[in-house]
Amino acid sequence: MLKIDGVSRSFGDVIALDGVSLEIGQGEFFALLGPSGCGKTTLLRIIAGFERPDAGSVSLDGADLLGTPPNRRPISLMFQSYALFPHMTVAKNVAYGLERERLPKQEVRQRVGEVLETVGLSAHAARKPAQLSGGQRQRVALARSIVKRPRLLLLDEPLSALDKKVRADMQLELKRLQHDVGITFVVVTHDQEEAMSLADRIAVFDNGHVRQVDEPVSLYERPRTPFVADFVGANNLFHGTAGGLDGIKSERFGMLAGTPLEELAAEAGALLAVRPEKIELADGGASSGLAGAVLDVSFYGGVSHVSVEVPGHPKPVLVAVQGAATVRPGAEVKVRWAAEDAVIMAADQ
Amino acid sequence: MPRSPGRWLGAFVFLSPGLAYLVVLMLVPLALVFSYTVFQRGRFGGVVYEFTTENFERLFDPLYLSVVLDSLKIAALTTLIALLVGYPTAYLIAQLPKKWKTLALVAVVLPFWTNFIIRVYAWTILLSGPGLVNSALAKIGLGPLELLYNQGTIVAGLLYSYLPLMVLPLYAAIERLDPQLREASANLGASGFATFRKVTLPLTVPGVLTGCLFVFVPSFGNFVIPEMLGGNKSIMVGNLIRNQFLAARDWPFGATLSLALIAVLVVLLIVQAWAARRA
Repeated sequence: MLKIDGVSRSFGDVIALDGVSLEIGQGEFFALLGPSGCGKTTLLRIIAGFERPDAGSVSLDGADLLGTPPNRRPISLMFQSYALFPHMTVAKNVAYGLERERLPKQEVRQRVGEVLETVGLSAHAARKPAQLSGGQRQRVALARSIVKRPRLLLLDEPLSALDKKVRADMQLELKRLQHDVGITFVVVTHDQEEAMSLADRIAVFDNGHVRQVDEPVSLYERPRTPFVADFVGANNLFHGTAGGLDGIKSERFGMLAGTPLEELAAEAGALLAVRPEKIELADGGASSGLAGAVLDVSFYGGVSHVSVEVPGHPKPVLVAVQGAATVRPGAEVKVRWAAEDAVIMAADQ
Repeated sequence: MPRSPGRWLGAFVFLSPGLAYLVVLMLVPLALVFSYTVFQRGRFGGVVYEFTTENFERLFDPLYLSVVLDSLKIAALTTLIALLVGYPTAYLIAQLPKKWKTLALVAVVLPFWTNFIIRVYAWTILLSGPGLVNSALAKIGLGPLELLYNQGTIVAGLLYSYLPLMVLPLYAAIERLDPQLREASANLGASGFATFRKVTLPLTVPGVLTGCLFVFVPSFGNFVIPEMLGGNKSIMVGNLIRNQFLAARDWPFGATLSLALIAVLVVLLIVQAWAARRA
């Protein structure tokens, strides 16, 4: 439905987007994920029409978007700051887009009423934005965006201004709403948990490039580039050279077990990534595994994180265990994992 | 807020120089002037301390009333034109890149670097019978026109002098506006004009009110510009007051006119404050 093809944009010397191509399907909940300054917001502003790309094309349902001024695109944008009109009531804010379409007053009133009902703000219709809480303001912004029934709804860091508890509620609500209204959502976020829990598919951005586009589970379990392996979720990364189908050759540790996602050229630089929850914490006397000493144990309720200092590895190895950990800092342990639980990728992408 | 006696004392120490200045040089003279309004004039200026309401009765003499109304008209027209010219100027300056913005603002206040009287005097030379404007007009086959000594000239002079006072508060108000509000408006389908009418203008109303006040107040009470550009006639309240004190030597009536002038301005200030709070 939305097709982005070879879009590039730079600001002076800074390249915000470098040949980005993406295709987003009808009804999809799509996330653009990346650290701040990676170009994801620039892409969002290009889609909305507030920024022009230096090169490339953007089309919606096959029709070129770049020639259309922002106020004629069937696209709504929910701003990170919400950008609610401070001098208008909630109802006026929501009605604004419909009034610009010169719809009959009766229809405007009815649709505003319906959408305020949907976001649970009917009782606050006569208030000004300054009289609302952060979560309520976010809902007004959302209502104002969806009331026009856009083809596409863009959300710029929609939940970043909310505190943790409200954020979790709003995540659920966003998902439900997207399901109910059937609008295609594109959300920009730097919060990977948010992207994972909300989106059907995620595009991971880094320095103006798209590093991987995948479903959340695939992105987590089968990262295809070192950046994705490092950025998405906690990971333990080991450098080495390609070592066939069941591991990499590490200078310090010898063969490390893992599964390459694609065939690597012999002796090519390789990176092995293994998730903390896939690592087994074995007794110091165990026959296999990398020997180390427990550095620190943190209890998070359902899980505990144990960091293990492995001599020769630059960062402590992070191990997640269910419940409370039985080891204490200083204990001699070994860390090991099964070959199918670790992924191997080329190091140079 | 000061609560303990010590803090009151501290506040008093820091406030006293300014307070003393205000009381001695403003409140006391003002009280004196206002007290004159109920006394009779002395034969050669000054005041005879005998109670009378005659001064207030004279205020409603059609002769003087028309001067007050003319002053209101001239000041209002000046303010309106200043707003119509100043708003687009301020809007454009607010959109400029940062370094150009500074340059444009310096250009706006540049006339203030020359003495006010000299600048107004320059206008009389420009607009006089054989002046620069008329000789330029003659070259294209127009004129000579009677450009000096009418109400239009006064408005032009006031506008020239006080336009920066309109541009600066407007600029501050427009500059402070979150540019995302305009983007949000466009995103919701509004044209550029609709965005201006529904978002930009309503949110800059406080700046508009401040600018109007800054231009209206000095225009209304002005006497230098009407005297130099309007001919030596008592066209505006300012001239009238000056003439009562210095030429007619009628201090009590001059004081009464001053009181009327201040009363009008206070009412305007209250209206402005009320409107700004509602906006």
